Amino acid sequence: MSKRLIDLANITKSFDGQMVLDDLNLYIRENEFLTLLGPSGCGKTTTLRIIGGFESPDSGKVIFDGKDITGLAPNERQLNTVFQKYALFPHMSIAENIAFGLKIKKKSKAYIDDKINYALKLVNLEGFGKRSVDSLSGGQQQRIAIARAIVNEPKVLLLDEPLGALDLKLRQDMQYELIRLKNELGITFIYVTHDQEEALTMSDTIVVMNQGYIQQIGTPEDIYNEPTNAFVADFIGESNIIDGTMIRDRLVQVLGVNFPCVDEGFGSHTPVDVVIRPEDVELVPPETGMLEGDVTSLIFKGVHWEIEVLANGFEWLVQTTQMHPVGSHVGIRVDPFNIQIMNKPESSDEKAVESDE
Amino acid sequence: MVKKSAERIYLAFIFLFLYLPIGVLIVLSFNNSKTRVQWGGFTLKWYKNLFSSGSIMEAFGTTLFISLASALFATLLGTLAALGIDAMKKRNQAVMIGATNIPLLNADIVTGLSMMLLFVRFTRLGMSTVLIAHITFNIPYVILNVLPKLKQSSRTTYEAALDLGATPLYAFFKIIWPQIRPGVFSGFLMAMTMSLDDFSVTYFTKGAGIHTLSTMIYTEMRKGIRLEMYALSTILFLLALVLLLFMNFGPSARREEA
Repeated sequence: MSKRLIDLANITKSFDGQMVLDDLNLYIRENEFLTLLGPSGCGKTTTLRIIGGFESPDSGKVIFDGKDITGLAPNERQLNTVFQKYALFPHMSIAENIAFGLKIKKKSKAYIDDKINYALKLVNLEGFGKRSVDSLSGGQQQRIAIARAIVNEPKVLLLDEPLGALDLKLRQDMQYELIRLKNELGITFIYVTHDQEEALTMSDTIVVMNQGYIQQIGTPEDIYNEPTNAFVADFIGESNIIDGTMIRDRLVQVLGVNFPCVDEGFGSHTPVDVVIRPEDVELVPPETGMLEGDVTSLIFKGVHWEIEVLANGFEWLVQTTQMHPVGSHVGIRVDPFNIQIMNKPESSDEKAVESDE
Repeated sequence: MVKKSAERIYLAFIFLFLYLPIGVLIVLSFNNSKTRVQWGGFTLKWYKNLFSSGSIMEAFGTTLFISLASALFATLLGTLAALGIDAMKKRNQAVMIGATNIPLLNADIVTGLSMMLLFVRFTRLGMSTVLIAHITFNIPYVILNVLPKLKQSSRTTYEAALDLGATPLYAFFKIIWPQIRPGVFSGFLMAMTMSLDDFSVTYFTKGAGIHTLSTMIYTEMRKGIRLEMYALSTILFLLALVLLLFMNFGPSARREEA
């Protein structure tokens, strides 16, 4: 793995007596695409602004490339930001916007012109240099904002929900665009979003945050398949989260039925949370299922049907390509590999997470 | 069709009521007759008298000086105040905007009277007290013009400039200033117009021996009808009109549309 580029150590921040970040520790590796993911108010944007220098932490340190930059102003940091609302300078042309940072660095005219052309080509907006900001669409403005940031050759690019204001189709296109840019430029991206799909698509590493705490750090696969607690499971995609009891290793009791699973080390007769993704619930003929239930709702979602099944007092959320009409009696089966066991929250912090749902 | 012409007639009446009195005044200022009811032919006599009168020309100079100087100071202070208000938290902002709006709504005569009472406690009334009074009542107009521009120029453009390596001062002059400049200019022009127009505040704070055009007209008219004063009023009106046109169609207004 490449070396650590940014280290956040024991960062604490509160606004008006309200704790936003509590003892946050996080490191970001060189060339990583790291996403801070969480609901609004979870502290993700504040974390980004602390890295950018727009907020200073109440306590803790920001280490960049081995140096403590906690006290440095934004203009003294070797990183650039792409803001949520683009923040292009409306009274300047596109080219002047892109040249802004380079002019401050007193680069030569030829160098700046070269860079402008290069950046415009990179974001697929060649020949737009003379246009005014107002004449561009939202997606184009966002790409210019990215171009304006990357011409300065920052080591790290901070992106604060940059696709939040775009419509779905454009957002998906821009996601691929960003991945391409990251690979071409070879710089570190720190990305803030509340959109779990966006996070899963683009990131090397996802940091799930809630109420100022980091809930889980991992690859998109880890986060999706092995959520560490109910909050993460619920926030990343839809899921069935059910109270269960770990009977012994590899066997969990859920809703009065014993399910074989692959998890070990939870002890015996321990209360746990059981997570089963809706696409992992198989609907089978009643007599072959592990438990039986009745279909209470059926919604067509395009790729699949979304079905709710009431079985043993729990509403199971199921995604399947097979249609089962409302009222039909079905059996439910879950593959042992698709059952994810999580410890019940112990600390009050984790409980706060639970009550937030 | 009927509705359309009714609309037109209604509009015509409104403009008639608004501008007929001023129109009458302007016409009478060219009237070569001492009575108001009779047209005695066209003349520039009253204007000639006006420009050859030392006291009137002095009042004219005073007016220009007061309005220019007070608008200049008010623009500086008001712009700084707007920047400060914009940086405040939402709740404090509302309080500050409310506080700056009170002098705007307060009756001029009350403002004038209270300022006079304050001034006589500390100093003698004169040119400087008029100037201070004008600066004071002009500041809210500048804030009123600058603040919306600041709101439009999102805070993030300033942060973006810092992010790209600009110092706070450079970011202000390169990013914030161009965006609020139209507001600052229209604030300046509005302040100048207000100062030019003012009678009550000036009357109370000026002390003896100093006259602006408006106090001059008032004093002279009390002595009896002087047609020179019609001419002077016409000039004052035209000055305000020019400022108004400049405010709406001048270079700063056009920038806004671009």
